Amino acid sequence: MGAYGDAVAAIKATNFRHIALQAISLGMIVTSALIIWKGLMCFTGSESPVVVVLSGSMEPGFRRGDILFLHMGKAPIRAGEIVVFHVEGRDIPIVHRVIKVHENVEKGDFEVLTKGDNNTGDDRLLYAQNQLWLQRQHIMGRAVGFLPYVGWVTIIMTENPYIKYFLIGALGLLVITSKE
Amino acid sequence: MYSWILRVNTVLTLSVTVLAALCAVASMTDGLHRPSPAVELKVLNVGPLERLRNGDDRIALTLSIKADLESVFTWNTKQLFVFVAAEYWSPEEGFNQISLWDTIIEKKENAKIDQQIKSKMLRKATRVGYFTYPFQGKDLRGRDFNLTMYWNVMPISGAFFTDKAVVPGFQLPISYN
Repeated sequence: MGAYGDAVAAIKATNFRHIALQAISLGMIVTSALIIWKGLMCFTGSESPVVVVLSGSMEPGFRRGDILFLHMGKAPIRAGEIVVFHVEGRDIPIVHRVIKVHENVEKGDFEVLTKGDNNTGDDRLLYAQNQLWLQRQHIMGRAVGFLPYVGWVTIIMTENPYIKYFLIGALGLLVITSKE
Repeated sequence: MYSWILRVNTVLTLSVTVLAALCAVASMTDGLHRPSPAVELKVLNVGPLERLRNGDDRIALTLSIKADLESVFTWNTKQLFVFVAAEYWSPEEGFNQISLWDTIIEKKENAKIDQQIKSKMLRKATRVGYFTYPFQGKDLRGRDFNLTMYWNVMPISGAFFTDKAVVPGFQLPISYN
């Protein structure tokens, strides 16, 4: 009897009580993951507290597959900070560094210009047509922490959905067949 | 009941937890580090102030940049992003920063900077539709500005932080060329 045989035996041995218990424990895992994510959103004030770097425009600082932790914060945005922003007409947000800041006291707003460390020119070519500056509403958060390589997991899973299904299936099986 | 899947799961969970803890500790040691950087910034030459056709203000500056940032490096430092910005304050706009020069330092041995650079300081005019408005207070005339060197420390893993050295007391020309 290998692991497969054990698993089959475990499934055969289940009764209603067991099934209910396992459904609940599966639900607990899903909801606790959701709670952690939503809690992070509240805590950091950013709509996506963790982002994966997808391009090499910030090399050698950030490489594809690195993870960034975002925080919005109340402090005004300053040159040198790395911000995540979205541009109208683009689905994927961009992570680049602020190189110019002009505040507007009357409106309580600001205008910033960004650039990728590895790019030669600034980001005006990436912005929407005729857009010269980023303003408050474009900025999703600023990078405060860094973790290398971990983002490869999500990159691999989005590029090969079968690996994702396999992993989810394996985890589900693990939860169902474990006795406790 | 133990199966090999459960064991693999336990080993994976434990190793991820230990790695996460190590990363957190490595990042925390950065907080204990007290660097002693030396920075010297000078304006060698201020070019004529120009109002361009599209309403932008532009001025050429020659800067002398000297710095020793070797002591900023720790075992958890991946690179420094160093830049020099001109900063000024205006009643209409509040605080303004224009980056004039930047560099990436990946090794401690290269953390001594001694350069003369020419840079153009540009204040883009505000554009409304097709027309350009050189609004009052959104130009560079007669600004008192300071030069600030910032170094953004990017870790191998953990938190970013930025430090700076401010050199005040510079002024831009009062009239256009």
